[in-house]
Amino acid sequence: MIASGPAAPATSVSVRGLTKSFGHVTAVRGIDLEVRAGEIFGFLGPNGSGKTTTIRMLTGALRPTSGSVEVLGTDVVRHPDRIRCRIGYMSQRFSLFEDLTVDENLRFYGGVYGLDAATFAERREYILRMAGLTDRVGELARNLSVGWRQRLALGTASIHRPELLFLDEPTSGVDPVARRRFWDLLTDLSEGGVTLFVTTHYMEEAINCTRLAFMNRGRVIADGSPREIRDSLAEPGGPAPSLEEAFVALTTRTGRR
Amino acid sequence: MTTPAALPAPPAAIAARGLSRAFGTLVAVDAVDLTVGAGAILGLLGPDGAGKSTVLRMLATVLRPTGGDADVLGASVLTGQDHIRPRLGYMPQHFCLYPDLTVDENVEFFATVRGIDRPERRRRRDDLLGRMGMAGVGRRRAGRLSGGMKQKLMLAVTLLTQPALLLLDEPTTGVDPVSRREFWSILRDLHDGGTTIVVATPYMDEAERCTDLAFLDAGRITRTGTPAEITAAVPGVLVEIAADSARDVVADARGRPHVVSAHVLGDLARVVWDGDPTPAVVATELGVPTGSVRAATMDMETAFTVLAERGDR
Repeated sequence: MIASGPAAPATSVSVRGLTKSFGHVTAVRGIDLEVRAGEIFGFLGPNGSGKTTTIRMLTGALRPTSGSVEVLGTDVVRHPDRIRCRIGYMSQRFSLFEDLTVDENLRFYGGVYGLDAATFAERREYILRMAGLTDRVGELARNLSVGWRQRLALGTASIHRPELLFLDEPTSGVDPVARRRFWDLLTDLSEGGVTLFVTTHYMEEAINCTRLAFMNRGRVIADGSPREIRDSLAEPGGPAPSLEEAFVALTTRTGRR
Repeated sequence: MTTPAALPAPPAAIAARGLSRAFGTLVAVDAVDLTVGAGAILGLLGPDGAGKSTVLRMLATVLRPTGGDADVLGASVLTGQDHIRPRLGYMPQHFCLYPDLTVDENVEFFATVRGIDRPERRRRRDDLLGRMGMAGVGRRRAGRLSGGMKQKLMLAVTLLTQPALLLLDEPTTGVDPVSRREFWSILRDLHDGGTTIVVATPYMDEAERCTDLAFLDAGRITRTGTPAEITAAVPGVLVEIAADSARDVVADARGRPHVVSAHVLGDLARVVWDGDPTPAVVATELGVPTGSVRAATMDMETAFTVLAERGDR
């Protein structure tokens, strides 16, 4: 194990031999992952391939059966609490309180992360502007369209300025315009220095990631930039397949669950 | 209806006129006129909250319109439920099977509820699960299936009654690309067999596989046509610019007078340019190497975005 020094590590996530079994079902089978600071890391794979289980172990929500997880230089298996304030997590089901207003949702999450009044005011202002919700602070979350809710959920997940943000299928079921707006926000966050770890089934989103890992049946079966993955699957002398064709080829080659 | 009832010309599977639904003061669906020909695959597109699910629920006769009417399979949704329901398959957006029952038990249960006798039940179960590629998972509990399998199981249950019309509400949302292809190959087979299909979807590659499209926005139909007609409605041409920093090219392109829309796709900047310029003209305007620009075919994703951003879906 490398002891992390005082300098900020250039590696945001480092995973070795990560395994998780539930009874006799092994969801994640000894995977290695390396995410560098500042990347937009795309984590792809078919439904049921082990992506969400992996993310839950990376965020300290689930204890691995074996293997090591280091996030932002901290051993997450031993000290899951130490990274909680430094990471953000936005799940498939937006973790908003439907019966609370936009403002109350922000206040709640500001409280969870223990922001002081001045910091909260500044972050609240920033999020409302970023999400385009300034005129809707008093509206109930459940009355917002899915696009707004998604941007509010991104705001609450990043209210404490996390260094690393996990996004698990954040745009599932959202129309193309809202998805593009959402990705503009992600790119802004990335340029502001936040490392992003994102799962998606939309290949037109995956192609905007700086690097991808592809998972199937609990194993990481390919990784690299979108270009590298496509090139690696080209027929000799032939053109590179689209990322979607690459996804299909990788899944079929390694079998369905 | 003023249509002469002389010859039984192939009737439309759906003919909605002024179909409306209000929830209190909120008008979710506002005077929708929509005709779907028998045998069509109609894609219902539109932003979230546009009213797609509400339209489907009214056509499925599970929600009563507050205004207008629709003929579905030849009967009014207001008065003809008994005629419509046995011939219609409706698949709602959320998983609505029994998670604690196995795949086989779910299929058998719903077949029993729908009055299919025992030998026929077995036959259809084996046939449908076989077509879904799920013959081997009959004993697995439905709640433990992957997302793609759950959706295919819902479709299998929906198809038990061999419906003439299928109404599918975002059946592949959250489903991976391989399972989506499998799902659509099943829809293709049904289409070839003459089934009429109405499908709401946020995936534009799926929209391209439909025979007809209808755009819904704020409860109104704003545009209908074939996929080719919709992409042809976008003004200008689509060009792709290969660049080390596609994001910089897009940032520079946005806001220029001739640029209708610009976005990043991996290492490409994709720009919709007003008029009919050659790639060389675009290269000069943007100050990028001529060889880096090429004309591309307008796709549905770009068309949706451009039409939506013009407020004209």
